[in-house]
Amino acid sequence: MSATRTGMPSDVGKAAWLFLAPALVLIFIFFFLPVLASLVLSVTDFDIYAIANPPTTRFVGLANYVKLLHTPEFWTALKNTFYFAIVGGPLTIAVSLATALLLNAKLVRFKSFFRTIYFTPFVTTLVAVAIVWRYLYHTRYGLLNYTLGHFGIGPIDWLGNPRWAMPAIILMSVWKNFGYNMLIFIAGLQAIPQDLYDAAEIDGAGPMRRFFNVTLPLLGPTLLFVGVITMIGYFQLFSEPYVMTQGGPLRATTSVVLMMYEEGFRWWRMGYAASIAFVLFVVILIATLIQFRLQKDRT
Amino acid sequence: MSRTNPRFVGGTATEHYRPGALGGPAGGRGRVDSALTRRRISQVVVYALLIIGALIALLPMMWMLSASFMPTGEASTYPPHFLPSRITFSHYRELFTRLNLGRYLFNSALIAFTVTGLSLVINSMAGYAFAKLRFRGRDRAFRILSLGLVLPVQVAMLPLFLLMKNLHLINTYWGVIIPGMASIFGIFLIRQYALSIPDDMLDAARIDGASELRIYWSVVVPGILPILATLAIWTFLATWNDFMWPLIVLSDEAHYTLPVALANLSGEHVMDTELMMAGSVLTVIPVLAVFLFLQRYYIQGVMAGSVKG
Repeated sequence: MSATRTGMPSDVGKAAWLFLAPALVLIFIFFFLPVLASLVLSVTDFDIYAIANPPTTRFVGLANYVKLLHTPEFWTALKNTFYFAIVGGPLTIAVSLATALLLNAKLVRFKSFFRTIYFTPFVTTLVAVAIVWRYLYHTRYGLLNYTLGHFGIGPIDWLGNPRWAMPAIILMSVWKNFGYNMLIFIAGLQAIPQDLYDAAEIDGAGPMRRFFNVTLPLLGPTLLFVGVITMIGYFQLFSEPYVMTQGGPLRATTSVVLMMYEEGFRWWRMGYAASIAFVLFVVILIATLIQFRLQKDRT
Repeated sequence: MSRTNPRFVGGTATEHYRPGALGGPAGGRGRVDSALTRRRISQVVVYALLIIGALIALLPMMWMLSASFMPTGEASTYPPHFLPSRITFSHYRELFTRLNLGRYLFNSALIAFTVTGLSLVINSMAGYAFAKLRFRGRDRAFRILSLGLVLPVQVAMLPLFLLMKNLHLINTYWGVIIPGMASIFGIFLIRQYALSIPDDMLDAARIDGASELRIYWSVVVPGILPILATLAIWTFLATWNDFMWPLIVLSDEAHYTLPVALANLSGEHVMDTELMMAGSVLTVIPVLAVFLFLQRYYIQGVMAGSVKG
């Protein structure tokens, strides 16, 4: 082959694999392999005794999954996670879109100043701000109840009442995450040609019509992207309940990942915990596929 | 939007307003006046909303900062204090002396800097190879890699823990560092940017007899510096803020990172509001500083990520 005669392309090929080797080896050993191993782990009874003495592990088939489906705590965790993702996700996206539209308004100056402020919560350390919000939510001394008191709303036991604990976590997550989606929406809005708005305006379309007939349809791909990443992220809820409520009160904020953590790393029932992890993966996969399907149907 | 060069995505026309187009060709004088009034009113409304939004975005952090300087107990009073009656540094002093916060600060910094440095080299080599080097199996390798983007990391954590245990890396810095060294997102980010490097430049270097490693180091790396900055900031902040994996793999306090130490501390010192606020300030300040000084590069990463989708 001429390629080998000149020497260059095969050298390039060799060099390419050398360049790739560290990354691919690391990702394979420390990510893909554990994911596959997780599937294997989920059909075993691997537990605290197996950690000390691995050969005691037995194959149990789908027993972990069957047990999971018969455990009310798991259904509660699944319900809580869906609650968080299905209410919190769209709420975050709505706030992001609203701020992006405001910042994209032609009559606004200091855009980058406001953009930086709105983005700041996103870069902060989740554990730290979760602790801060825990105090803001304090029934007696918290700033939130103090502010609501001025509007005649009685003190709410945000983190102590099973009905309010998840809304409280959602509220904090909207605050923390909207800035990221906002930036993506701003980029999407700027890609919409001004001519379309001008044409719609000449046709007599008001701001509302322009939003629903020009902005929203053209923002489709951006909305899909934002929807998918927000959903994926929100299904992985863990740190907020871990820090703010420890999954309580009455398991009202125990998420699927929190349950996996507790089963796997507190009680060391790792086979059982692996089955929880895999259910999470399937849920995220299905949610992603549904969003792609919805997008396809609309266009 | 340019798929190949995110450089043009981040910076495009962010401040894109056209003062001339606002009034438009209006008819009579009266109409111009009413249009101006309407414009003024909507301007006031938009600014009012923006300022309220900014206050909501900043208030939790401003209160955190303020409460961290309050004398013990003052943050838990009714009605709430917004500013300390007198400023005290005693909580910060207690954190650094009795509660060993300096140690956790050191751990966090060590881990974040090491992961950032190593991931820059590892991901940029791989991203460049995917973008610019022709070899057998490239497309297949890339497709398999992109599958990883839909896998939640938590699915890997249980077996990863057992693997780390076998490698005797539980409770070591390396236990946190190694899984963070290579990232699929990082490889994608670099690849997308490196696609815009002209092939002629690489071929010219090859004809001059430069080795592939030398080409990477003296042609490619200088050409992708902006995206390396983006990747560096992303990696640093993500590593600094990471909680779940360090919580799992670090069991001995001497190795705790700041978020793990803070979560642990908040269990023991629930009632000590001002102390917890000082701890939160110290955890958040470094990432805020990095973001505020280098936000141009950071925001570029957000935009590049969205184009990828």
